[in-house]
Amino acid sequence: MDVIIENLPLYWNGFLRTLFLSTVSGVIALFVGTLLAAARVSPVAALRGFSTAYVEILRNTPLTIAFFFAAIVLPRLGVKFEQFEVAAIIALSAYTAAFIAEAVRSGVNSVPVGQAEAARSIGMNFGQVLSLIILPQALRTVIPPLINILIALVKNSSVAGAFFVLELFGYGRQLANANGDQVLAVLLGVAFFYLLITVPLGILASTVERKVAIAR
Amino acid sequence: MSSVLYDVPGPKARRVSRIGSVIGSLLIVGLLAWIASTLAQQGIFEGRRWAIFTRADVWTLLGNGIGATLSAAAVAAVIAFPLGLLLCLLRISDVAAIRIPVRIVLEFLRGMPVVLMMFFVLLVFGTNQFIAVVAGLVLYNAAVFAEIIRAGIQSLPKGQREAGLTVGLTSFQSRMIIELPQAVRRMMPSLVAQLVVLLKDTSLGYIVAYGELLRAVQVMADFLGTQFLFPIFFVAAAIYIAINICVSRIAVWIERRGTTKAAGGVAKAEPAAVETAAK
Repeated sequence: MDVIIENLPLYWNGFLRTLFLSTVSGVIALFVGTLLAAARVSPVAALRGFSTAYVEILRNTPLTIAFFFAAIVLPRLGVKFEQFEVAAIIALSAYTAAFIAEAVRSGVNSVPVGQAEAARSIGMNFGQVLSLIILPQALRTVIPPLINILIALVKNSSVAGAFFVLELFGYGRQLANANGDQVLAVLLGVAFFYLLITVPLGILASTVERKVAIAR
Repeated sequence: MSSVLYDVPGPKARRVSRIGSVIGSLLIVGLLAWIASTLAQQGIFEGRRWAIFTRADVWTLLGNGIGATLSAAAVAAVIAFPLGLLLCLLRISDVAAIRIPVRIVLEFLRGMPVVLMMFFVLLVFGTNQFIAVVAGLVLYNAAVFAEIIRAGIQSLPKGQREAGLTVGLTSFQSRMIIELPQAVRRMMPSLVAQLVVLLKDTSLGYIVAYGELLRAVQVMADFLGTQFLFPIFFVAAAIYIAINICVSRIAVWIERRGTTKAAGGVAKAEPAAVETAAK
């Protein structure tokens, strides 16, 4: 226990860094993922093709490969990052965007056909139908799966710890190496801080799910 | 392709769409060309960098990496599934003293990063890397399997269990003979989708220094020289993604097959959505 209390500032730093990585990547991924989902249902064939290929490839890429590419291969190719956080955010948001796109697309498919027909029959074009009628309803129904994706994002950010970013897992590794006799306590401390993010998000997801279930 | 979201395009709209497609394709091709030229300036496409793939030992090392990846995934899947079934049965037990602790454990396991669990097993129990990777995968995926199967059991009509109990089966017999087989069949798409996740997560073994595919890439790049990093990485990533896409395709195929033949044969299953959880 002592080792956790002594190193509480380190844990706290790591916790904040994990929160930062997850928040920034989450916001970027939500934005890019929604755009990808919109492209997936758009009338322009090239956009559909691009979005399909992106989602299919990124969803089947192990996250570690994405990180390896962003943090180790890209710098060798001349793309230098000031901080490895940037590489981590690129890898995390590119990876998560694919899952968000899939979730939003399933939400778009769940909106009743009559909604789109009604919108079109009063003369809306594709952009208006999508942004004013379909997406607001679609996003609402997919909030629980989106929260689950964000929970996974928080857990996935731990991979950054292995690619030169000092976040919760990265500090955990350092502390575990420095305090070989108290590994159990060190890692349970790390686990606690992860649960501090993931458990409330999980409760939020199930609450929202219940609310939406009543509304429909 | 027509969609309810927009009119079947007329001649003008088709022209606009075609122009849009051409411009879009040009943009994408341009982006790829820019990437390719950047890579070419780095000398990536020089023949000697790719000539290493004519060497047998490179393929042996890559093959070993793939073998290590697949064997960890296979062992983990074989252990995790029965364990998930067991956890699921305990999680829905009639006895609160069993149900509640199991529920807490499951929540705990699902809220943990897999790599942290691998690291934990590696350091706390001092096992070798293979066992650490498999244990991390088993703990996490058993918890997820348990939740998927539980969702399957809860989606069954109440009458199934009632009928089982009425003909004199015990609660446990009803779970095993009546409910589990239907639940597993009904949740097959989600279970296979989770197998893809498990396979992807073996790449986390890289972080605990397990000699899987990505580690093999790193070792070869260190050994042969960093100018070979990109070619080797490119080939290894392509192999990894190809394997995953194949397993994903199987999941989609099972899902389609399951929706045409009603799973369980009793009640028509809702078109089961393949779980899209990002892990």
